Amino acid sequence: MNVTRRGFLKISGAVVATSGLGISLKPIAAHAQPLKIKYAKETTTVCPYCSVGCSIIVSVRDGKVINTEGDPDSPINKGSLCSKGGSIYQMAVNENRLGKPLYRAPFATAWKEVEWEWALDKIAKNVKKSRDISFKKTNDKGEVVNRTEGIASVGSAAMDLEECFTYQKFLRGLGLVYIEHQARI
Amino acid sequence: MTNHWNDFKNSDVILIMGSNPASNHPVAFKWIQEAIDKRGAKLICVDPRFTQSAAKAHLYAPLRSGTDIAFLGGMIKFILDKNLIHHEYVVSYTNASFLVNPAFKMPGENNGVFSGLVSGKYEKDTWSYQTDAEGVIKKDKTLQDPNCVFQLMKKHYSRYNTKLVSRITGTPEDKLLEVYKIYGSTGKPDKAGVELYAMGWTQHTVGVQNIRTMCIIQLLLGNMGIAGGGVAAMRGESNVQGSTDHGLLFHIWPGYLGAPTASLKTLKDFNEKRTPKTKEKDSLNWWKNTPKYSASFLRSMYGTNLTIDDAYQIMPKLDDGGNYSWLTIFDQMYKGKFTGFFAWGMNPACSGAHSNKTRQAMTKLDWMVNVNLFDNETGSFWRGPGMDPTKIKTEVFMLPAASSIEKEGSIANSSRLMQWRYKAINPVGSSKPDGDIMSELHFKIQDLYVKQGGPLKEAITKLTWPYGKKVGHEFHYEPRTVAKEINGYFLEDKKLENPTKKGEFKEFKKGDLVPTFAWLQADGSTSSGCWVYCGSVNEKANLAMRRISKDTSGIGLHSEWAWCWPINRRIIYNGASVDPKGNPWDPKRAVIKWDGEKWTGDVPDGVGNPGSGRPPFIMKPDGVASLYGPGLADGPFSEHYEPMECPVEKNIMSPQKNNPVIKRFDASGVGSDMDVYSGVTTCDPRFPFIGTTYRVSEHWQTGVLTRWCPWLAEMQPGMFVEMSQELAKERGIVNGDKCIVKSARGEVEATAIVTPRFKPFNIDGNTIHEVGIPWHYGWITTADRKYEPNDKKPEVHTFGDAANILTSTIGDANTMIPESKAFMVNVAKKGVK
Repeated sequence: MNVTRRGFLKISGAVVATSGLGISLKPIAAHAQPLKIKYAKETTTVCPYCSVGCSIIVSVRDGKVINTEGDPDSPINKGSLCSKGGSIYQMAVNENRLGKPLYRAPFATAWKEVEWEWALDKIAKNVKKSRDISFKKTNDKGEVVNRTEGIASVGSAAMDLEECFTYQKFLRGLGLVYIEHQARI
Repeated sequence: MTNHWNDFKNSDVILIMGSNPASNHPVAFKWIQEAIDKRGAKLICVDPRFTQSAAKAHLYAPLRSGTDIAFLGGMIKFILDKNLIHHEYVVSYTNASFLVNPAFKMPGENNGVFSGLVSGKYEKDTWSYQTDAEGVIKKDKTLQDPNCVFQLMKKHYSRYNTKLVSRITGTPEDKLLEVYKIYGSTGKPDKAGVELYAMGWTQHTVGVQNIRTMCIIQLLLGNMGIAGGGVAAMRGESNVQGSTDHGLLFHIWPGYLGAPTASLKTLKDFNEKRTPKTKEKDSLNWWKNTPKYSASFLRSMYGTNLTIDDAYQIMPKLDDGGNYSWLTIFDQMYKGKFTGFFAWGMNPACSGAHSNKTRQAMTKLDWMVNVNLFDNETGSFWRGPGMDPTKIKTEVFMLPAASSIEKEGSIANSSRLMQWRYKAINPVGSSKPDGDIMSELHFKIQDLYVKQGGPLKEAITKLTWPYGKKVGHEFHYEPRTVAKEINGYFLEDKKLENPTKKGEFKEFKKGDLVPTFAWLQADGSTSSGCWVYCGSVNEKANLAMRRISKDTSGIGLHSEWAWCWPINRRIIYNGASVDPKGNPWDPKRAVIKWDGEKWTGDVPDGVGNPGSGRPPFIMKPDGVASLYGPGLADGPFSEHYEPMECPVEKNIMSPQKNNPVIKRFDASGVGSDMDVYSGVTTCDPRFPFIGTTYRVSEHWQTGVLTRWCPWLAEMQPGMFVEMSQELAKERGIVNGDKCIVKSARGEVEATAIVTPRFKPFNIDGNTIHEVGIPWHYGWITTADRKYEPNDKKPEVHTFGDAANILTSTIGDANTMIPESKAFMVNVAKKGVK
């Protein structure tokens, strides 16, 4: 079967595409640094920055991102990327990413690394305490409002659609009404 | 966006005003350039600064920040005076012919305000339509009645003559006329014009009315719903369209259902009050389906654990007329109202207006959770400039999140296009996808309520969460399952008549996915997390994953590339692209066509069979688009008002200087001691220059991600202040000087960039300077702050703190979006008073 790289991405639904297994890299090969991405697993993504929605191919070898480049199949960007989109390699390969939950105790002057389990337990208790003391069943007029007035949330357009739905469910389930995010600013 | 990025190529005239796509949506410029190269399209750019977009334009016109309504009001007058309107479109598809209450008064005859202004709010009874005995709106299709919308509009905008407009905007009259003439040429049925805006229009006290004014122009010229037309709201975040769709705002539930208020005691009350009604016999009034969407949403929250009526009861309610928006949150936080705060995937210490107030507000919290990829000014606020950690009580949790290539899920771009992203690698370190974090937190909180109880614990314990698998203490969130929840399920076996084919029935089984929102039910037999996404996932596939790039439409719809809401319609309002008989206004650029039996092309919007008489703007109760918009807080037409902080003593148009219905935070009992403005009643010599904010290509938002990426930090390393050569000379500043930019609320250090891209404005005979600063910076990535041994240290440091230190707590009258695009500052060389 003669399958081009672009064609292969289409057939595979772009989940996992492997180049270098007898697959012709023409005609995109000339632009795609074939040596650099040899034996790499390819997935597609969409740029996390502005709202144009440019597609990007991410090449991974041994669990590490080795290359990112504009996806020529996308009718929107046709392989082009701007300076930000062209840099998403550095979002994954970056020593400055936070790797562990950090905790700052009241009046402390420094962060402390903590375990997830410990942090989430403590947050859950804080949420319950704040909710329980500020929960209003009725407002000043005596109308039923069932809301938590002592907690606010901002965020986030940086999450996926599914997470946005889930997050609003989480917040409204807790009774929050102070719910805002990037769209307001 | 009403249309989509590729559709720019179909335009004859492209107006860039309120945005700068060459810098901020660079890849979109591909399609603008294609229109220029292949169609000979004309590109116009209107901006206070000669931007990178202006450099590509055929025509550039400068304007003073905050005067867009005056500029565009002049265009409306020009279009009407020269009769450039698309007459049949205006008569058939807008409310031009509607007759308005004769008691309605406009600013020109009413001291600069519309009738009904009572203590800072409009009472709208005089804004109503005249109706006949049956309640049908009276109309004059000849558009001659002095009380018809068309004549009122003509009268209102007759005040916006080019001479006056030029005195306000500082745009030379010949430039105004040139812009008006070129853009006005798109009123012909075979011409298309598009407008591209972004934060340059929203971040004003008249933000909504800026956009309204352009909508009026687009409707007069027949540019809505057609290929190459529309109004393009170019959004600044990859999924801000989607996060809005999903109701992460106080005032809306997912799918733009207004959040319930306390007076709507039952679901029945809610549905009755929130479902628009119409007496217009041909109008489809799509929102009549509201009860189906509210019931389906409640099912997505509580499943069948509660009845839909009980689920409605348990959901939080707003006070009627209450405002819970961004500026209010930080105002209330500053006053100690909140003990807890989530800053999830956000950096409000830099992104919100009035950063000093925002940062101080955080010191009043008991606890804060900050979820992000990198250390940032919000999570670390307690150790920022001017803070003494030993005096700050706030307990802070900074949780590391996975990046977009370390998890899977979808996002919606500006054109409502839902595209899937695949996981490429595992999350860095022990960071987790946001979905995992919120799920684990949900289960922990739920567990506490199950074990310990608490007020209305059912709101939490009855919530459904079948969104993945629990593995030990961890929860593996499954976005594909959630995507189905958002689409919606049948919750019981059901036989239903096809809503689009009378007499045809279809049987559904419990657990089937709902095919489209037309099948959603009001009786609780369906669920849908967000009705506009219903149809995105079917039994065979998640359509956001589609990657067929070919285009069969001839106009670049690319309808099989991913999926777009609603129901994969790429150009909304496309029912207005055909005449009332069903023929495309422009056959060469047809969006939909009738083939004798059915519509072909894009998914048709609003049209019945050709000649059905159905007006195409089906999301409006009356079926037509609004030249006259009585739903807004600040007037059914737009009117020029000065920004809260401005360089003129008076509004040249009228005795009313500012938007009369904005919420002033300096009023007693409203804001706080930190809420001060300058130059409100009179010009303040301490802050003589207009300040504005903008972006550069190399950074994104507050720079919360990009400042940590060395390639980008190196390209745009720091805060600058861009100013004209004239101002620099006046202030003894040369390129590269360190300067202090100061407002009534704070100051930032910035490097001077002296360019001819800014020119002094001539405002009513006075020379007025404007300066610009980028808003991407913050102290956390700077070289001169203190780094603890365990702190992350950027490979390339940036310089300077947030531009929002200068901006104020004042927002748009409708949306409360802060006025970050026009405020007053001073600029001086560092060390010089």
